[in-house]
Amino acid sequence: MSDIATLRRVLRDCHTIAVVGLSADWFRPSNFAAKYMQQHGYRIIPVNPKYPEILGEKCYPDLRSIPEKVDLVDVFRKPADCVAVAQDAVAIGAKALWLQIGVINEEAKRIAEAAGLTVVMDRCVKIEYARLYGGLNWFGVNTRVISSRRPTWLPH
Amino acid sequence: MADREYGFDTLCLHAGQIPDAATGSRAVPIYQTTSYVFDSPEHAASLFNLQTFGNVYTRLSNPTVAVLEERVAARTLYGGTHTQLDVNFRKLGIDTVFVDADDPENFARAITPKTKALYAETLGNPSLNVVDIAAVARVASQAGLPLFIDNTFASPYLCRPFEHGAAIVVHSATKFLGGHGTTMGGVIVESGKFPWDNGRFATMTEPSPGYHGVRFYETFGDFGFTMKCRMEGLRTFGPALSPLNAFLLLQGVETLPLRMERHCANALAVAHWLQDHPRVAWVNYPGLPGNRYHDLARKYLPKGAGAVLTFGIKGGAAAGAKFIDSVEFLSQLANIGDAKTLVIHPASTTHRQLSEEQQIAAGVGPDLIRFSVGLETLDDILWDLDQALQRSS
Repeated sequence: MSDIATLRRVLRDCHTIAVVGLSADWFRPSNFAAKYMQQHGYRIIPVNPKYPEILGEKCYPDLRSIPEKVDLVDVFRKPADCVAVAQDAVAIGAKALWLQIGVINEEAKRIAEAAGLTVVMDRCVKIEYARLYGGLNWFGVNTRVISSRRPTWLPH
Repeated sequence: MADREYGFDTLCLHAGQIPDAATGSRAVPIYQTTSYVFDSPEHAASLFNLQTFGNVYTRLSNPTVAVLEERVAARTLYGGTHTQLDVNFRKLGIDTVFVDADDPENFARAITPKTKALYAETLGNPSLNVVDIAAVARVASQAGLPLFIDNTFASPYLCRPFEHGAAIVVHSATKFLGGHGTTMGGVIVESGKFPWDNGRFATMTEPSPGYHGVRFYETFGDFGFTMKCRMEGLRTFGPALSPLNAFLLLQGVETLPLRMERHCANALAVAHWLQDHPRVAWVNYPGLPGNRYHDLARKYLPKGAGAVLTFGIKGGAAAGAKFIDSVEFLSQLANIGDAKTLVIHPASTTHRQLSEEQQIAAGVGPDLIRFSVGLETLDDILWDLDQALQRSS
């Protein structure tokens, strides 16, 4: 499900995000999306066997090696790799699995949902955060947010 | 629970703005500023590299202008938009081939390997031809090209070209969106559905040297085109809308549905009335049964054929000039889409420098009067028309 209420709940309830396939190159979308989330208060745990550290955080070769609790698994990998990632996300007790734009794998979605995880697919975590909590609306994008309530957060 | 799909009228009032987080202001605040502070040098770097969302300089983005942008984007269904004034493509070396839009195959015949886009108007000016948008969109799609539709004369209330396959919609916001003849503005809206990675649009898929190698389509996806318009086009050419003008246009957009209903009702009544007038040679309004575009108008403009109509006055150019000189409150000026009724005789004004043959070739014969029917009391519009027609003989 990727309705506004579900996305808001995922982004509110998850504080630690493991980013699978995070690149150390500052100009790659995975890097600046993770950096954006880090700057907006989330703890980022990089998952990539190629690097010891990214964005100032220790990098792990896979999800199962992470010694602490992970809330959200955010995936920047090709769709074929996602079944194994979904199985790992279930194994480490994540609350939600997020497959980025263009990363579509129905089997991975089924595995994670069967284990009770919320699954978001074919969306960007950074764009959705900016859409629902402010920032994206400064660029004329149709955020689909309609409300007469004053928000309790300041977009930044 | 699935998100609610709000109606068009609700979106005209609410899309793009929630109460101001800092003050609770319900109306759209006018953020009259040129620039925005950075939190740190690193924040500034992230903004300049397009790696975070934020305001830098009002030429690129402004929170008041953004409300107008999003409202227009929401009402035209999906995608990003940005406002733009007075872009002059001809000076940029962009070649254009003009075709007769009545046969969609004419577009197909004109496409070459260098073609980048097809472009048409929902309602042509001043001929008021209705384009078969879906048919032209199929030609565009088969060629891997985006179809641009200028939807100014219809407004998003009467026609939403994305529903018929257009990739980009443009409007002169000066007309019905603003609706009160106060403010110049324009918008570009993208559907978010065009596959820019089909091999024909390297500038959308290859690294942008001005932004440290950002690939607009990869990075921004369904709002990649408008981000490129904003970050390269607005930055370089500077046609930015002012915050106050965005505010004024927004006041118009709030009542667009109500105004368009009355514009269309009055225009149809005026068209019928003119048909029976002894001083009128012909009437062109796609909403009239018997008009050559009536069937297309019923398909693409089911809620009304717009506010603009043309008619031929008996007595040619001299009678046209006399007619214009005789109106009491209908306004003689070169615009459309004002709440007030506007009227112009091109042969004695905008097209005066052309010969009669050239005027006819341009679709504005010497007897043609163009009307943008406004929101005044219908009887008063007809009264002014009638007395001016009587005096024109």
